[in-house]
Parts: sequence; structure tokens; C-alpha cells
Amino acid sequence: MTAALRSTDIVMEEKQDKGIVLTEAQKRARRSRSIAIALSLAALVILFYVYTLIKGPIVLVRPI
Amino acid sequence: MSLITEGAELQGPLATGARLAEPSLAEARDYFALLKPRVMSLVVFTALTGLAVAPGAIHPVTGFTALLCVAVGAGAAGALNMWYDADIDARMIRTARRPVPSGRVQPGEALAFGLTLAGFSVVVLGLLVNVLAAAVLAFTIFFYVVIYTIWLKRSTPQNIVIGGAAGAFPPMIGWAAVTGSLSLEPILLFLIIFFWTPAHFWALALCRSEDYARAGVPMMPLVKGEASTRRQMLLYTLVTVPLGLTPWLFGYAGLLYGATAGILGAAMVALAFRVDRERLPAERASRQLFSFSILYLFLLFAVLLVERGFGGMIG
Repeated sequence: MTAALRSTDIVMEEKQDKGIVLTEAQKRARRSRSIAIALSLAALVILFYVYTLIKGPIVLVRPI
Repeated sequence: MSLITEGAELQGPLATGARLAEPSLAEARDYFALLKPRVMSLVVFTALTGLAVAPGAIHPVTGFTALLCVAVGAGAAGALNMWYDADIDARMIRTARRPVPSGRVQPGEALAFGLTLAGFSVVVLGLLVNVLAAAVLAFTIFFYVVIYTIWLKRSTPQNIVIGGAAGAFPPMIGWAAVTGSLSLEPILLFLIIFFWTPAHFWALALCRSEDYARAGVPMMPLVKGEASTRRQMLLYTLVTVPLGLTPWLFGYAGLLYGATAGILGAAMVALAFRVDRERLPAERASRQLFSFSILYLFLLFAVLLVERGFGGMIG
């Protein structure tokens, strides 16, 4: 009886070690979201870079 | 014992029965749909008009940044609207396939997405353009989400009348982005959109009464009846059309604008009369008024844009 319980515990621990396993659909969705986030961040970096170039040193001087 | 009284109905995102946390199936296009891209395009267009007709010059990159922030801010407001209204959307045929009610995006994801974009759009507009434009954008998002979506939409048939102000602010943001101030002209543009909204939305509501009834949204045709709604649509149209002429009457726009506003205004009044006079359910006439009202506003702002923004004064 005790041995059977122990083997059940071992199987459960092995399952927990694997963590959350994503399905193919979930992987595809995550990849699509990751690409969108990367593109958005890249666009933001380019926007700030271009804005700094056109404004020059007065980039921090703004009308209130 | 349940903590929730039997028979009590949950409202807003609590009512959608969100699943427990599990890996999301939402794709980038689902998040894009949360931004309400079609509404966003009209918002950007009216903001562009406000920006183009404002006196003074603006660097193209600064102008682009202002429009980008308006677009993202409008999208954020749309996402927060879909977060809160998921229970209503699930009961309406027109909106049941939206990302949150269809389960592709969890309510919490839509909320986080909307709040993040709202914060980013306002802060970037304030840092790169000016504080007044950012303040008006922040107020617009607040007005659409809190005043319209959370408060008015479920509580009064005047929901889209008062809530319509949210859609009328973008030309003021565009104007403020250039001038750093506000004056009569952007207020006239605000008033045109504000008074145009009821006839436009109630034309849709007349065609979708069953949908709104199923969702329990107190739209004017359900609360006051079709006849009263049609009469009010006509009255609002009779206010909108003279207002549409004011930019020309005040000398802000040229003859081309005045002629366009006059001809289109006459056609809009004729359609509103047809909707009012229809004895049977005025579905066909309402659809025509709904479509024409979009064309009316688009052409009014397009002519203003061409005259003042790109071609100087014509006429």
C-alpha cells in the first residue's frame, strides 16, 4: 500500500516537473504576440530616435 | 451560502465568467480588434483635420506623433470599452464575435492592454507634443470609458447623446497639438460632431432594437419608442446642419466648404424627414440615414482639410 502511494507521488512529481506544456495553437498565438510586441517596441525606439534627431538639444524644452 | 444574492445580476467584466488563468490563445490580430480600428480611423481623420486647419506650423514628425498618440489613445478607450462591456457584447449579434465575449482574449488581458496603451499615449503626447493636447486626450479616454461606458450606457437613453462628446474631442486634440491652446474654431468642430452623433447612432439603434433589448441597453427607441426617436433624430439633424455651415459663416472655411455643407446638409435633412415620416418600421430609411451620416461628416471634414490644410483658402 505504502509502496503504491510512493509510486503515485513520484508520477505526480514528474508531471509537475514538466510545468505547463503549451499546445501548438498556444505556441503559435504566443509567437504572434511576441512579434507584435517586438515590432511595437522597435517602432517606439525609432520614433524617439527620430524625434531626438529633429529636435536636437532642445528635445527636453517643451511648451507647457 | 452564496455571497451573491440569488437573482442579482452581475454587470460588466465580472459577469463574463472568465476562465481561470491558463496560457492565452489570443493572437496579435485579436488585440488589434480590441482597438476598434474602424472607429479609430474616423477619430484619426477628424484629429488630422483639427491639426491641419490650426494656424501655425508643426513639424511633420511632431504631427505624426500627435496622430499616432490619438490613434493609440482611441484604441485604448476601445479596448477598455470591450473589457467592461463584454457581458453586453456577448448578448448582441453584432458584437458577440468580439475578442472578449468569444473567449479569445481574457477580460484581464483586455484591461491591462487598454490601461497600458492609454498611459503610453497620454505620456508620449505630453512629452513629445504638448501638455494641453495630452490633457484633452486623457479626458477623452476618461469620458469614453468612465462617463459613457461604465455610467451612462446602462443607465439612460441619453447615453449616446452625452457620451457622443468623447467622439467629438479629437479635432480639439489636433488643434491643441499645433497651437498649444483652444479657440472657437475647434469648439465648432466639436459641436458639429457632438450634435451629429445622436441621429447617426439612433439610426443604427432603430435597425438593431432587438439586439439592444436582448442586451438590456436602454437605447432611445426601446425607452421612448420609435416615433419619439425618429422625431428627435430629425431635431438633432436640424441643429447639426446649420452648425455644419458655421465654419464657412464665421469665415474659417471657403466657398467650397460652404457649398458642400449646404448640399450635403439638405440631403441629410431630407433623409431625416423620411425617417420621421415613415409609417412602417423605418429600417430602410434608417439604414440610408446611418450610411449617409458617415459620408456627411467625412466629406465635411475632408473638404475642410483640402481647403485649409492642403490648399489654403479656396473661394
